[in-house]
Amino acid sequence: MPTPSGVPVASAPVFSADRFVLRPARWLIYAALTASALFFLAPLVVVLLNSVRTAQEIGLGSLIGWPSALAWDNYVQAWSSYCIAQRCDGIRMYMGNSLAMVIPATIVSTALGALAGYSISLWRFRGDTIIFAVVIMGVFLPEQMKLIPWALVLRQLGLSNTVGALILIHTVQGLSFTTLFCRNYFVGIPQDLMKAARVDGAGYFRIFWRIVLPLSPPILVVTVIWQFTGIWNEFLYGVTFTTGTQQPVTAALIAISATAPIDVPQYGIQSAAVLLAALPTLLVYFFGGQYFLRGLTAGAIK
Amino acid sequence: MAALSVRGVHKRFGPVEVLKGIDLTVENGEFAVLLGPSGCGKSTLLAVIAGLERPSAGTVEIGDRVVNDIEPKDRDIAMVFQSYALYPAMTVRRNITFGMECRGVPKQEQSEAVARVAGLLQIDGLLERRPAQLSGGQRQRVAMGRALVRDPLLFLFDEPLSNLDAKLRVDMRTEIKQLHQRIGTTIVYVTHDQIEAMTMASRIAVMDRGEIQQFDSPETVYNRPANLFVARFLGTPPMNTVPARLARDGESLVAIVGAGQPGQATLPLPPQSGAARAYIDREVVLGIRPECISDGAKRAADIPATRIEAEVEVSEPTGAETIVLIRIAGVRLRARVAPDIKLPLGRAASFSVDTRTICLFDPQTERLIA
Repeated sequence: MPTPSGVPVASAPVFSADRFVLRPARWLIYAALTASALFFLAPLVVVLLNSVRTAQEIGLGSLIGWPSALAWDNYVQAWSSYCIAQRCDGIRMYMGNSLAMVIPATIVSTALGALAGYSISLWRFRGDTIIFAVVIMGVFLPEQMKLIPWALVLRQLGLSNTVGALILIHTVQGLSFTTLFCRNYFVGIPQDLMKAARVDGAGYFRIFWRIVLPLSPPILVVTVIWQFTGIWNEFLYGVTFTTGTQQPVTAALIAISATAPIDVPQYGIQSAAVLLAALPTLLVYFFGGQYFLRGLTAGAIK
Repeated sequence: MAALSVRGVHKRFGPVEVLKGIDLTVENGEFAVLLGPSGCGKSTLLAVIAGLERPSAGTVEIGDRVVNDIEPKDRDIAMVFQSYALYPAMTVRRNITFGMECRGVPKQEQSEAVARVAGLLQIDGLLERRPAQLSGGQRQRVAMGRALVRDPLLFLFDEPLSNLDAKLRVDMRTEIKQLHQRIGTTIVYVTHDQIEAMTMASRIAVMDRGEIQQFDSPETVYNRPANLFVARFLGTPPMNTVPARLARDGESLVAIVGAGQPGQATLPLPPQSGAARAYIDREVVLGIRPECISDGAKRAADIPATRIEAEVEVSEPTGAETIVLIRIAGVRLRARVAPDIKLPLGRAASFSVDTRTICLFDPQTERLIA
């Protein structure tokens, strides 16, 4: 009779005998792992707990403590009524800005990166390696270095202090990574496929669409996750190029701590806001994380 | 009509000249095999014919039309790749119809063509599968199907059998040959496997270092190799090529192997043209196939055999025959004897030599002395 995992029952004792004996060395490993997990998870736990504690409770007691009652109202306030930079609408508008920024920037940078990677890896042309080298140089350039050039470009384009500016910046800057990822994946596609397709009469876009893209979900998922989390969490460009109503949520979160009333720090609401702001990337991680690991280690295409 | 004419084709990759002036004319309906060791330029030549590589110089004509500036898809060719190059994300059916789809052939026509080819290659049951679900042999068939469905002027095969296991390769070899006999389309077939070349080709182009060494029927290439490279490339084991001295014996010529040494062998030559006479009393390279040196006893009476004495050095039984390394006056040669012959190692034995197909080569130019 097969078990749910497909391992026949008859052979189970053999397995368990070896697998579930915890020798001292193994105990040590588990203990160390558990300790470090607790250590790294501690801040998250503190924020989680505080997000359901009232300001009074935190103020009277300690920043670290068990909630006496679940103050779900923190989330409601953080979402829709808490005051940030003289506006008392919560973070929902900034969440909206972030989404309006991250979705188009992710899609466009991934699409262009896939096309660029496809061109560089599968259509060899004069100077392709130089172009590739220049493109991936963007991976290594520090962000601060690009602030002033971007400021000039945005002013020229009349995009200063708009969500559109951030979309443009993240699309362009994302190209280095997306091109690198896709190029490295597409390099594994056999040249013979390209030749066969050319003899069959397929052109640049048809080969991309019908032959290369259907092989690409693993790398596209990786690229999308990478871009989404990177752009969502990005902070420097957000605070530098946008103010007030145009800010993404990462920039607005800083404003929360700056505008906290002096008498009672609203740690509960701030914790809730932080968690809400982290939710999209956490969801992407939970649903896409397995593809992420699989995609990064995906080998040759047979 | 020539299905394919290649004239003066050169191909350089940077400083490396891969093709050094190729001239090749393949007649309609021929099965031409490009044969050579790896790196000889045969696959590059095929890519130039297909239009996947541009020649650095020279012209390619397919069906009396210069195609240098014509895209692969418009050259009226179909190609089968060594790796099969099946599109992994498409079903077998889609793989076969992809070319027609690109050319905008109506759906109805596409499915008729698939049905015809699937029947021909017996892949009817595989049409909805993906390449990953097929065995090597099945993939090979699908790759052929993709080419056949096109009904082109010229089929190009790039080592199509080299990824198959030995048994399947033999079967597919026969099948491709039968297929050619049935459809009669011109084929240019690249391989490094001389058995494939010998069994399938109507003509073999033996290539080495970017040049065609000889382009002729399998029999001629085998029996009258144009130069020492061809002589030493074809045959397992290849032709013996040993130094010999040409001498006059009355009206006819003889070749002396190991001249001046104890145990020298004198081999009478078949009537030669004037060219060979220019080499009298000079050194030549004598070429003789191992199968022309055999055990003395079994020779049939109707073959005028010359008997020689030689020392047996090594004996290598292969099952169907035994290859024997022998020594005549210090010169080593390979002989082919029946498997039941037991020869005493290290001792002299008697062999009979069939001298009718002996070839003579100029030691300097390495060319066949016609």
